[in-house]
Amino acid sequence: MQTFLEFEKPIAELEGRIRDLKSLDGTSAHDVSVSDEVRALEDKVHKLLRQTYAKLTPWQKVMVARHPSRPHCLDYIDQLIDDFVLLAGDRLYGEDEAVIGGLGRLNGRSVMVIGLEKGNDTASRVKHNFGMAKPEGYRKAQRLMRMADQFGLPIITLVDTAGAYPGIASEERGQAEAIAASIQTCLRVGVPIVSVILGEGGSGGAIAIATADQIIMLEHSVYSVISPEGCASILWRAGDKAQEAAQAMRLTAQDLKEMGVIDTIIDEPVGGAHRDVKSAIAAVGASISAAIDSLSGKDADKLKKQRRDKYLAMGRPAP
Amino acid sequence: MNWLTNFVRPRISAWVKKDVPQNLWVKCPGCEAQIHHRELEENLQVCPHCGHHMRIDAAKRLALMFDEGRYDEVELPDVPQDPLKFRDLKRYSDRLKAAQASSGRKDAMIVARGTIKGTHAIVAAFDFSFMGGSMGTAVGEALVTAAKLAVMQECPLVVVPASGGARMQESILSLMQMPRTTIAVEMVKDKRLPYIVVLTDPTTGGVTASFAMLGDIHIAESGAMIGFAGARVIEETIREKLPEGFQRAEYLREHGMVDIVTTRHELPTVLGRLLDLLMRQRPPAEVVQLSTDKAARKAKPAG
Repeated sequence: MQTFLEFEKPIAELEGRIRDLKSLDGTSAHDVSVSDEVRALEDKVHKLLRQTYAKLTPWQKVMVARHPSRPHCLDYIDQLIDDFVLLAGDRLYGEDEAVIGGLGRLNGRSVMVIGLEKGNDTASRVKHNFGMAKPEGYRKAQRLMRMADQFGLPIITLVDTAGAYPGIASEERGQAEAIAASIQTCLRVGVPIVSVILGEGGSGGAIAIATADQIIMLEHSVYSVISPEGCASILWRAGDKAQEAAQAMRLTAQDLKEMGVIDTIIDEPVGGAHRDVKSAIAAVGASISAAIDSLSGKDADKLKKQRRDKYLAMGRPAP
Repeated sequence: MNWLTNFVRPRISAWVKKDVPQNLWVKCPGCEAQIHHRELEENLQVCPHCGHHMRIDAAKRLALMFDEGRYDEVELPDVPQDPLKFRDLKRYSDRLKAAQASSGRKDAMIVARGTIKGTHAIVAAFDFSFMGGSMGTAVGEALVTAAKLAVMQECPLVVVPASGGARMQESILSLMQMPRTTIAVEMVKDKRLPYIVVLTDPTTGGVTASFAMLGDIHIAESGAMIGFAGARVIEETIREKLPEGFQRAEYLREHGMVDIVTTRHELPTVLGRLLDLLMRQRPPAEVVQLSTDKAARKAKPAG
C-alpha cells in the first residue's frame, strides 16, 4: 500500500483511477480505448508529479524527507556495498542498532560505512529506535572511524535521523560528550569522510557523524538545527506554526548549498526517491564514488587541514 | 481634581519610583530566604543560607576569576548579522539590536586575558543575559579567536559556558558552530596547552554537545544544570518524571562527566592550582636544590 502525502492528493486520485481502469483491463471489448486512457492518465500523473516536486515548499520537503517508503540507510548498504560485514558495539557499554556500521566495498574499494537507520516497519523501527542514537551508538561510530583511520579506509556516513535520542539513559551515559567526541573524531581522522543526508539531518544527532570533507544531500532531504515543530514551539510558542518555521529555517538542500554548508545535491527521481528507489540509490552511489575519488591520495595532514579550514570559513563573509 | 489624580499623580509616582530600588530583597530559589541584594552581591550571588548559586553576569564572572578582578577584554571580530534574514514573531535583527543595546555587547561571549592565581590565561565566558547565551556565528568566532590567542600566547584556555544551546535564529549556521568550536579546541590541544571548561548554570544543547564536553578537565559550579536535551523534551519523550537532581553538576560528577564540583568562592583557587600544576611542571625538588658546578654537570645529561 502506497503512502500519499497530503499535497499529493490530486496525484493519488489519478493513480486510483489508473488502478481501477487496469482492473477492468481484459474484461471487455474496449481494451484499446482503456489502455489509451491509462496511458493518457499516466502521462498526466507524471506531469503532475514533475510539476509538484519541482516546487515543493520547505514544509513539503520535510514531509518527503520523512516519507515512510523513502529508502533508508540499510537499503543503500544492500544495493551499493558489496561484501558488507556489520560491526557491532562500542566496547564500553553496548550495541546501539540505531547506528549501522561496518566494512564493505563500494565499486571494489574497501570502505567503512556508518549510518543512521530509521527502520521500515514497526518491528524494525523499534529495533533501530526510529533512527535516534544513544551515546553508545556515537561511541561505536567513533570506534569505527578510528579503525578506518588506522587502516586508511575512506569513511562514508549516511545520515537520516530526527535527532539524538533524548532520555534519562542518554543523559546518564553522556549523550553530549558522545556527540562532541564524535565531531572531534570526524575532525581527527586522516582519511576522506563523505557524508550523505538521505532524509532528515536532525541537529546534533546528525552533525556528530556529518562533519565531513564532502557533504552530499538528496534533492528533497532536509538538514537543520532543530525540527520545524520544535523551532515553532520555542520561537512562535505554537507547535502548529511548523510550516512557517520550516520556511524561515532554510533547511532545504537548495538553501544549504547556497549558504555553502553542503557541497553537492543529488537529483531525485520524479516524485521523490521513494518512487524509484533503485535509481535514487544508484545516483547516490555514483556521487559518493566521485567524492571519494576527488579526495583520495591526499596526504592525511593536508586532508585534516582542509577539513578544518572549510568549517572555519563557513558563515564568514567571503574575503 | 480628576486631572490631577488620573494624570499628574501617576506620573509623579512613576518618576519618584525610578530612584527607589525595586528589589531590595531577593528571594532565594533554593531555600526561599529573603536576602538583601547588597549581601547577595557581596557573596557572589550565592545564597548565604543554603549555598544556592544564582546566575551571574559575564563581567562579574570574569572579575571573580581573575586576580584582583583585573583583566583585559579582547576585541572580537565582526560577523554577518542575521545572515538568514530570519523572522519569527519578531525579526532576528531586531532581537539582536535590542540585546546589543541592553548589554552594550556585540553578542553572547566575552573573551578576556589576565592571570589566575599568577598563571596567565585566556578566559571565554558566556553572557546568559544575551539571548539566553545562545551560540551563533558570533560566539563560534569568539571561541576561535580565544583559541588562537591562547596558542599565540602559549597559555591555557578556560571556557565558561552559560547557555541555552544553539541560536535558533541562525538555523544551520548555529549547528555548524559545533564543529567550528571543536576545531577551536583542537587548536589548543594540538599545542598541548590546557583547555579547561567551567560548567555553569545552565549548559545545554549544542553547547554541551561540542566544546563544553571536550575539556582536559571539567569543573562544574555547584548545582548547575548541565545536559544535552531539555528536561521538558525528555519528559515528553519518555513520559516519566525525572529523578531528583537530574542533570545537576553533582549528578554529572556521579556519572563520570565532570572532574570537580566546586563553589563559586572556591573556583579561582581550584582553577589556579590546576593551571599552576599544568603550566609549571617543575623538575623534581632535588635537582633544583643542587647548585654546585659538579652537580650541574651531572644533572645536564638527564635534563
